[in-house]
Amino acid sequence: MARKFTLEDIGKLLEKYGVLELEDVKIEGDIELEVEGGVGVSSELLATLQAALQSSQMISQFAVQAAHGLFGILAIAKLAGYPVESVLQSLGVPAAPAAAPAEMAPPAPVAPAIPEELVAAKFEVGKQEWVGQIEEVIIGATAADGGTRENVVKIGGDKTLPFYGFEYQNPNPPRIAIDCFDMPIPLAKAVREHYADVMEDPGEWAKKNVKKFGADMVTIHLISTDPLIKDTPPKEAAKVVEEVLQAVKVPIIIGGSGNPDKDPAVLEAAAEVAEGERCLLASANLNMDYERIAKAAIDHGHVVLSWTQLDINDQKTLNRHLFKLGVKREDLVMDPTTAALGYGLDYAFTNIERMKIAALKGDEELAFPISCGVTNAWGAREAWMKESPIKEDSDWGPREYRGPIYEIVTGLTLALAGGNLFMMMHPGAAAVVKEVTQTLGGFKEVEKEIEFENWLTWTEK
Amino acid sequence: MKAKSPMELYELLPKTNCGECGEKTCMAFASLLIERGKKLEECKPLLEEEKYREKYEKLKELLAPEVREVVIGVGEHAKKIGGEDVLHRHELTFFNSTGLFYDVWDTMSDDALKERVDRIQSWQKFYVGEFLKLDGVAVRNASGDPKRFAECVRKVSEITDLPLVLCSFDATALEEALKIVADKRPLLYAATKDNWKRVLELVLEYKVPVTVSAPNDLDGLKSLAVTFSQAGIEDIVLDPGTYPTGKGLETTLANFVRLRRAAIAEGQKDIAYPLLCVPMTAWLVYDNEIDAAYWETVLATIFTIKYADIMILHSIEPYALIPQITLVANIYTDPRRPVAVTPGLRALGSPTEESPVFVTTNFALTYYTVESDITSNNIDSYLLVIDTEGICVEAAVAGGQLTAAKIKEALEESGVEEKVKHKTLVLPGLAARISGETEEATGWKVMVGPTDSGRIPDWMEKNWPPK
Repeated sequence: MARKFTLEDIGKLLEKYGVLELEDVKIEGDIELEVEGGVGVSSELLATLQAALQSSQMISQFAVQAAHGLFGILAIAKLAGYPVESVLQSLGVPAAPAAAPAEMAPPAPVAPAIPEELVAAKFEVGKQEWVGQIEEVIIGATAADGGTRENVVKIGGDKTLPFYGFEYQNPNPPRIAIDCFDMPIPLAKAVREHYADVMEDPGEWAKKNVKKFGADMVTIHLISTDPLIKDTPPKEAAKVVEEVLQAVKVPIIIGGSGNPDKDPAVLEAAAEVAEGERCLLASANLNMDYERIAKAAIDHGHVVLSWTQLDINDQKTLNRHLFKLGVKREDLVMDPTTAALGYGLDYAFTNIERMKIAALKGDEELAFPISCGVTNAWGAREAWMKESPIKEDSDWGPREYRGPIYEIVTGLTLALAGGNLFMMMHPGAAAVVKEVTQTLGGFKEVEKEIEFENWLTWTEK
Repeated sequence: MKAKSPMELYELLPKTNCGECGEKTCMAFASLLIERGKKLEECKPLLEEEKYREKYEKLKELLAPEVREVVIGVGEHAKKIGGEDVLHRHELTFFNSTGLFYDVWDTMSDDALKERVDRIQSWQKFYVGEFLKLDGVAVRNASGDPKRFAECVRKVSEITDLPLVLCSFDATALEEALKIVADKRPLLYAATKDNWKRVLELVLEYKVPVTVSAPNDLDGLKSLAVTFSQAGIEDIVLDPGTYPTGKGLETTLANFVRLRRAAIAEGQKDIAYPLLCVPMTAWLVYDNEIDAAYWETVLATIFTIKYADIMILHSIEPYALIPQITLVANIYTDPRRPVAVTPGLRALGSPTEESPVFVTTNFALTYYTVESDITSNNIDSYLLVIDTEGICVEAAVAGGQLTAAKIKEALEESGVEEKVKHKTLVLPGLAARISGETEEATGWKVMVGPTDSGRIPDWMEKNWPPK
């Protein structure tokens, strides 16, 4: 490959290296030089070297102070930050300037652009410093604190973005709560098979979540209280909460039906029977009488879940209202809404990431642990539908493998955005999210050693 | 990019407000340049007139993305990677979606190879108004035999025009393959501390993009990148290694984040290149096919979000491909894109006065899903799009953005009453809660449709026309 190098280029090059003027040089007409071989190691520099070699009368007239000819140019080049030594090596020239350098230069053809050695380099990058820290919130209370839980669960306390342990170690790994309901509900086949035997009995269901599936916590959804479902009275619903508290010894989360008119009464009754257990009450939101939820939490010693719909300003507003009502900072968790993979996950991801960054930058109204309703992933049709309704789609394959992975990807994505607590449904999905978040958070040492390079020659067994 | 304000750019533009770029003023063009809504090359005078040459060069420098953009492949399937300017998508947007390349290997039989490449290149999934497709094929030199590798690459290139990654640590194998497909601009994988000289020679000769690889050795990676860059190579991709589990995975994430932060937050040009990730290392750890594909998808998830610009993956099972490609689409969606579509009445297909009237929200995702489910199944109908402030059905019912009053208002404005004679509305299944109120408010008969619009064809069969 040949490249033309014109006088104008030489001029530009000299300008770049800070040579303002060539004294006593007269060049008439346009000079063209052909450079053979690989144009590399700063093609400009090489070409100039070649010009120097071929036109020593010109070089000798360069008004440079460092030395004569070739080394003069190199000195300038070095000042400009070029790897002169490696170029010299490739030319077979010792790095130290010697006498009569021009004569030492090898004859044409020019050496290849490839240096003898790799350029030594050190990688460094600064740490991101934050001024804020997320509140650490404790869910559950042991006997010492007036409850009956065997252990508590701590979430939050983040000092940096999730899994950036190379900067600061966040104190608590993300935690997983597995859902159960106060009545049998329609579930995707892949989920149903794990719960079919316990659906009639919330206590047994909760127990299975902990004993068999390793849940850190259990969420009991009092869904039957919805006036459009069974309209179960609050007092009756509260009995189910007692049942679950009896059945498991981990901290619990109490969810209403999502009906804004009914939930305050349901959660009040539930809070009362769970007095002192530091449950997470799910949830207070702007479309309901959230004052009653706040009061129930304060009166009976619980934590409030502050739920908004993908809107940072709403979240700040609701948090502010809750504090005004007397909720303490260490008694609040946020649910900024989880949307499923493919169905708004991008909004949920960015909403949570922005909140976490704002909090770490010092926004105290957002400095709370974040809970994610990952079970929502099952709303994605790809998670449960037998085949694609779109005729032109490639085959969707067996659905029993699609559902859990939708839940995993949704949960993990939000963990990377800054989620601290994950309410999940499929036991396999919960296990994978736990495994990967513990690994990334530096809470897991076990590892199967691999040689990275082996992937290239790996073949299926 | 280096540019900090539109003013800085405006000063270097022609300032003639000629309008050739499609904008009324040079200032408006400058504002779009800074948010990467327009390309500098759309200013024709700047490109064509000699007197602007210097300013054009300066502008190019000011607008260059922090991470170098590298193109793999040629023609309509060419895949751009890198070119990123921000660490978090809400700060602007991510630009070139993570390239998803699926592997083939040179020990496959001809039939198996053909079948696999065909599956990769024909695979598609409809999503928000378009079909998502896989980006390319990574050919692995599993045999260790250069001739066999080159032969495999030749076969692949005869089957598909998708961009290729040529994977071998043996420079001879890479060279044999390049002799066949160099003009298709494949990405070489990889130059290492052992073979870099010969790979550098190849890259200089064949002018193709190259991956430099130094597993879990960022000093070594930078050393390779600087060496190649000083040799005049610009299209470099960095492979810091992908370790699938344990501390190795934790460190891998740290490496990706630190490299990207150095490039974007600190402007370290000498390592500001696209990053390559190999989620298929999951297959080195898990023997069971489903476990391996799941964990591979876990790795793909982590590194789609944290800065991989190109990935090499193995499983082509739908349960792995669908979430992988959907997540890439989600993360690389421009967050500045409006969440909502225009509300109002849409005619889908050729509706008659007997056709159903479906109700949905103006949340873009919901709208496109419902619209494609109806049109893909050739159901002639009207779709009444309610202004729910860009919120989906379930949330809008809970949050009060989808109410009987709103439906009534939209119904009256739409004029659909004159277009059909049945006075029947079909509400989304997730809005069943407000069906009674809607019937009262509108005076129309309200039917409750399926909770997922994918089931509209079934629903139609059983429920339409209404008895």
